[in-house]
Amino acid sequence: MKIVIRRFCRHREPDSIDVEYEIPLKHITLLEALSYIKTKIDPTLTFSSGCRSEICGSCAMRVNGREVLACNYKVREGDTITPLEKMPVLKDLVVDHEKPLQTLKRVKAWLEYPVEKAQSIEEEKRIERQSDCILCASCYSVCPVLEVDGEFLGPFALTRAYRYVSDTRCSQEKEKIDAIQPKGVWDCTLCGECTTVCPQGIDPKNDILMLRTKSVQHGYSDPNFAGGGFDDFGFNPSF
Amino acid sequence: MKTDLLIIGSGGAALSAALEAKRAGIGTLVVSEGYPTRSQTCMAQGGINAALGNVEPDSIEMHIADTIKASGGIASEKMIRKMCENAPETIAWLDHIGMPFSRTEEKKIAQRRLGGASSKRACYAQDYSGLKILHTLYDQTLKEGVDFVNEHFLLDLIVEDHRVCGAYFLDIRTCEVKSIEASAVIIATGGYSALYYGYTTNQHGATGDGIAAALRAGATVANMEFVQFHPTGLKSSGILISESARGAGGRLLNQNLERFVDELKPRDQVSRAIWEQIKVGNEVFLDIRHLGEAYIDEHIPQERRLAITYEGVDPVTDLIPIAPVAHYSMGGIKTDERMMSTIRGLFAVGECASAGVHGANRLGGNSLLEVTAFGRIAGKEAAVYAKERSAHALFEADTKSMQQRIEALFELPLEIDFYEKREKLGKTAYEKGGIERNEKDLEMLYEKVCHLKENLSKMGVFDKGTTYNTNLIERLKFANSLEIAEALLLSALERKESRGAHFRSDYPSASEKYEKETLCRKEERSLRIDFERSVS
Repeated sequence: MKIVIRRFCRHREPDSIDVEYEIPLKHITLLEALSYIKTKIDPTLTFSSGCRSEICGSCAMRVNGREVLACNYKVREGDTITPLEKMPVLKDLVVDHEKPLQTLKRVKAWLEYPVEKAQSIEEEKRIERQSDCILCASCYSVCPVLEVDGEFLGPFALTRAYRYVSDTRCSQEKEKIDAIQPKGVWDCTLCGECTTVCPQGIDPKNDILMLRTKSVQHGYSDPNFAGGGFDDFGFNPSF
Repeated sequence: MKTDLLIIGSGGAALSAALEAKRAGIGTLVVSEGYPTRSQTCMAQGGINAALGNVEPDSIEMHIADTIKASGGIASEKMIRKMCENAPETIAWLDHIGMPFSRTEEKKIAQRRLGGASSKRACYAQDYSGLKILHTLYDQTLKEGVDFVNEHFLLDLIVEDHRVCGAYFLDIRTCEVKSIEASAVIIATGGYSALYYGYTTNQHGATGDGIAAALRAGATVANMEFVQFHPTGLKSSGILISESARGAGGRLLNQNLERFVDELKPRDQVSRAIWEQIKVGNEVFLDIRHLGEAYIDEHIPQERRLAITYEGVDPVTDLIPIAPVAHYSMGGIKTDERMMSTIRGLFAVGECASAGVHGANRLGGNSLLEVTAFGRIAGKEAAVYAKERSAHALFEADTKSMQQRIEALFELPLEIDFYEKREKLGKTAYEKGGIERNEKDLEMLYEKVCHLKENLSKMGVFDKGTTYNTNLIERLKFANSLEIAEALLLSALERKESRGAHFRSDYPSASEKYEKETLCRKEERSLRIDFERSVS
């Protein structure tokens, strides 16, 4: 089986090249293929991996332009492997996750002064899927808004914001809703690409819609709606 | 770089410690080789033990008794009591900071039975217990403004006059050696099951790097021969199928569909029973078909997904082929009640530590408890220690000679391929020094490990680059795992009896003489093994 891997090294000219590898194995995961190449063909091949079982979020990358976890994707003849997008590539398939992780701070994705409250089965269920997130950043990579605006909060941070404002123990809903207004819920185009690539079956698009509803309940309105007239975002008709 | 408290590692233990240290008002820096949410804690599925009695009658005394029973008589009752008494408060704390535990109809935290437990005691969040604990802790560290330095690999601890002053790291992104000075250091770098490469549920990076560094620095490590083999790793990949599958009623069968063991016995006994089957050429399967699709999808959805992806079988309709694989290392850096090691100011917690609670065999659900409960204690105690200690001891960080050591690795000849050796050692260690051991095999393995150590000078790194050189990191990790293997094998050789996870076919029963902890420390050039009764 032959696969192509986009290799990146900033000290090389050109810095990015596509390299074909032949692997004498079948029915293996992409991660097993990459490990095979690293240990048997070319130890310079660089990628991140961890648990091998879809739970640590280390090995997200792109296959033929789609985000996958290398550990659960069954590699196929002719696949082209590239790193995640929207983040600087450090080497080969390893990208720098620092910036996307910062978005969690911006949305204040945590409980502050939690309220003592016993949750019911239904209340826990409401945040169950959102709290399955493994922070692999696949959704961040695929998001087209981040292509044009690198400051957009992105899908996983908004999903986590929704997970916390929907938690019955949350006492600071208003503050969190405030935090997701700039470069947040209204900037999303609702294309749903994030939902399609999520390895955990999370639906950030729906979470963002829910957050819009909550935002409206807190007095915010869609700034893209000209009909809304003047708003906090300084709509100026003379522009 | 300088900080009051340096925490190495970023799993559940490290983050629990960081939250308490931060609360105590001291400068806290968490340094990890990856990113905080990628540690092994996320892989824990079954749950976290606490005698809450939410589902069935339970008591702290029963929790203590079960833990002591599983530990094979060499754990510390005092430490077990400390952990079990702490458990309800630990769960309350996790609940309070936002942990999305599964619930009961009465709005209580749901609990289920894991192996070796006399009651339904493990609190869980579907089979994502570890993942959700880890992420909840991480979210809190962001709220508290804990400082992180990611992608830095621990090279060595800095110890002066038997007191820790900091550590050297390799910045993985630049290959630069950096020193971080600290008044106190907590090691929370996880276990060493990846020594059994190819036959483990662990990440390949679980090479006991923190334990190896502590051993080199002169700390005492304990019980290194005790490695828990989980009964149900998927046969072809070692990927874990949680004990909750058996807790819910899953059965172990051979190819003739015969049951051969009580599935809820402690892990060591179940693993050995499976090993007996494998030795006579039988195949072993986990059967959860009778639980039904609805139950499986509600309570153990991850197990179904993993079996489908990695073994190509759907547990709703098929038997799951399994084998026991290395899962958890009971041994580690010996710590006292404050989680301090034998080096002043050096604390250790979680799987890298031997705090006296697991003894010869760990109970399912006790490791998440240990990382959270003892992680918090370590954070508090390290904060007290760091505050008491005034200025940093005067020392000259010698990053230069450390950098030279790294550069020297690039110069080594590529005569021997360490990847090949890693794979071979994993297989031999599994077959000869795993579930069943004997003197001849252990000696053979020990010689092999010594030989590999001598030959490290012929195992160069192929990748000469200085940016994100994982070839170099894996070479450093391989050297660490050889040091771990040496301690493990010497301890296993000296313990001429069978107890818990350590089974010697040449000494198949327990001997009172060894109802003690195995202590191991570096002496001149060799390792010294002693047996000592643990503080009860």
